Amino acid sequence: MRWFAPSWQALAAVLLCIAAAAFGPLTAEEAAALADPNATTYAFFDTKGLVYDVLLATAAISMARIPPAWSAAVLFVGAHAAAWLLLTGITGHEGTALLPFFLLLTACWLLAWRCVTLLSGLRPKARVADMALRLIIPAIFGVWILIIWEAVTRGAGIPFILLPPPSAIGARIANSIPILAADVNQTIFKAVIVGYAIGCGAGFATAILADKVGFLRRGLLPIGNMVSALPIIGVAPIMVMWFGFDWHSKAAVVIIMTFFPMLVNTVAGLAASSHMERDLMRTYAAGYWQTLLKLRLPAAAPFIFNALKINSTLALIGAIVAEFFGTPVVGMGFRISTEVGRMNIDMVWAEIAVAAVAGSVFYGLIALIERAVTFWHPSVRSG
Amino acid sequence: MTAAAGTGVPVRGGGLWSRFLAGSTIPVLSILAGLVVLWYVAAVWMNAPFQRDLNQRAGVTQTTREFVAATLSQPKPTLPAPHQVAQNFFENTFLRKVTSNRSLVYHAWVTLSSTLLGFALGTALGVLIAVGIVHVTALDRSLMPWIITSQTIPILAVAPMIIVVLAAIGITGLIPKALISTYLSFFPVAVGMVKGLRSPEIMHLDLMRTYNASRSQVFWKLRVPASVPFLFASMKVAVAAALVGAIVGELPTGAVAGIGAKLLAGAYYSQTVEIWAALVAGSIVAALLVTAVDIAGRLVERSMGARPT
Repeated sequence: MRWFAPSWQALAAVLLCIAAAAFGPLTAEEAAALADPNATTYAFFDTKGLVYDVLLATAAISMARIPPAWSAAVLFVGAHAAAWLLLTGITGHEGTALLPFFLLLTACWLLAWRCVTLLSGLRPKARVADMALRLIIPAIFGVWILIIWEAVTRGAGIPFILLPPPSAIGARIANSIPILAADVNQTIFKAVIVGYAIGCGAGFATAILADKVGFLRRGLLPIGNMVSALPIIGVAPIMVMWFGFDWHSKAAVVIIMTFFPMLVNTVAGLAASSHMERDLMRTYAAGYWQTLLKLRLPAAAPFIFNALKINSTLALIGAIVAEFFGTPVVGMGFRISTEVGRMNIDMVWAEIAVAAVAGSVFYGLIALIERAVTFWHPSVRSG
Repeated sequence: MTAAAGTGVPVRGGGLWSRFLAGSTIPVLSILAGLVVLWYVAAVWMNAPFQRDLNQRAGVTQTTREFVAATLSQPKPTLPAPHQVAQNFFENTFLRKVTSNRSLVYHAWVTLSSTLLGFALGTALGVLIAVGIVHVTALDRSLMPWIITSQTIPILAVAPMIIVVLAAIGITGLIPKALISTYLSFFPVAVGMVKGLRSPEIMHLDLMRTYNASRSQVFWKLRVPASVPFLFASMKVAVAAALVGAIVGELPTGAVAGIGAKLLAGAYYSQTVEIWAALVAGSIVAALLVTAVDIAGRLVERSMGARPT
């Protein structure tokens, strides 16, 4: 048995295929066609055998003793080809899937899992390959969430207003780009950016002030730490009353939400430089501001960027939730709350997808700037 | 007093009074007092236009003293004065029956119950995921990046949809709000627990190997005890997040009870004093929750033999 390297995922996939074959028809239409000799075509009429072939062949090859990279490649192609056949087959026959359909889907997923397990075990020497693996493994996981979501919503015929399949959400995004762009412009480019800049700037300035005045620091730090645990988002209705329905009130909420994390982190960061370093600055006869600019602010940079990252998420949340309390007829929070009311769940998902992408891009931008600014820091240098 | 004093501040001299001065009690109190003064000034300033308007229409001329007093006692002020909020809070907390619809205790309890349920579910889920991530390499490399990415996503945007969709299939009341709290609170716990379960040093792990300890023994006797401080630190973040989730979960559906519902009702009818009182109630609930988790953490750590800090 030198050529045989079993894995429980592949064995389970084979068993699931056998079970699916034993149960017979993949869809209700096929079951009806089996009973009726005049029926000619139904879902999976041409592809049913192919799905079984692909799955069994993939499972068999993956258990042969070949290099894990090859095995992973075969699994990658096989699992996704079979999943693709299942998805295209069920399209147009929503809600008719029977148990064997889901058994085959599970078999595909197990093979993909085996693929991820093999890939996780690889330790490539080349840095490019390592980076690629770092991206591919989570990407496969994400794709499989979408595949299972799509197959289950289509196969079981889940009502559209409960959970639309990802393909419908994608189509909705493509069809309503002007609306989404207007919402992003209103919420992100007006409320979030303005509020984020003012809130972080004010927090930073207050931290510098608190650094100069010890009394202020000792008083503000415990207050700032306590405030970070409070549900600040609750000030949203008050801000909407004070500053009106337009983006100004949302920017005000964002300012309040981003102020304290920035304050607390900057104060902590300003204490990060060591005594030795500060003494060295004193031997150079450096003044307060010189020490601040040349030593203590650079040393505080990781803390400040940490606050900027935390605030990027908080700012988006603040602006979107504040819009639940009243907006002009544009904005991401407005769109989400009204489309939920009209049961256009696919539009809500489209808006959430856009918000997720915007949040990740915002965070990613700050992380990139951090890498560029704190290139000297050990946590960046080693990477 | 001494417990509050001396947070990282070098203490000179031994006297109680000098330690009190060097601590943070006086600065905190004086800044809070400054904020209250600022609040009163802002209340007079922000309520003045409406009061002037009112006086002009009624043809009344008031002295400055009367004018200031009037701005501080409007029924629906732009910015209620602190004593108005305090009075409303006191009335609605202590003078009403707990079961009354206007009692803040009742609303706080509604929010608190879904917060606690969601927090418990979220913590359990977070710990489970962390255990999986630490023990299965495939999960570590495929799931962990998504958990970190999901921190950058404004998850609260999903809240209205969860509530409405669950209502469409007949699940209403406590569970949908608790699910939002779960969703918000499991991320910090998962990330903190992964860090905690990985915190034992290689030396300790090697020692366990020399004892011929099995995987489960290493887990229960080394990794779990090492992760406890991390667990409680992340639970403090998680419980605050769970409360925010429960409050936001009450916004979109026109829920009838809870602090979020109180905020929304106040916003509809411009009852600013009620909004501020609800905010105070929410803040007190948050402070109590975080303190409770903190105390629980200290007790557990002390019973495990950690030196009190």
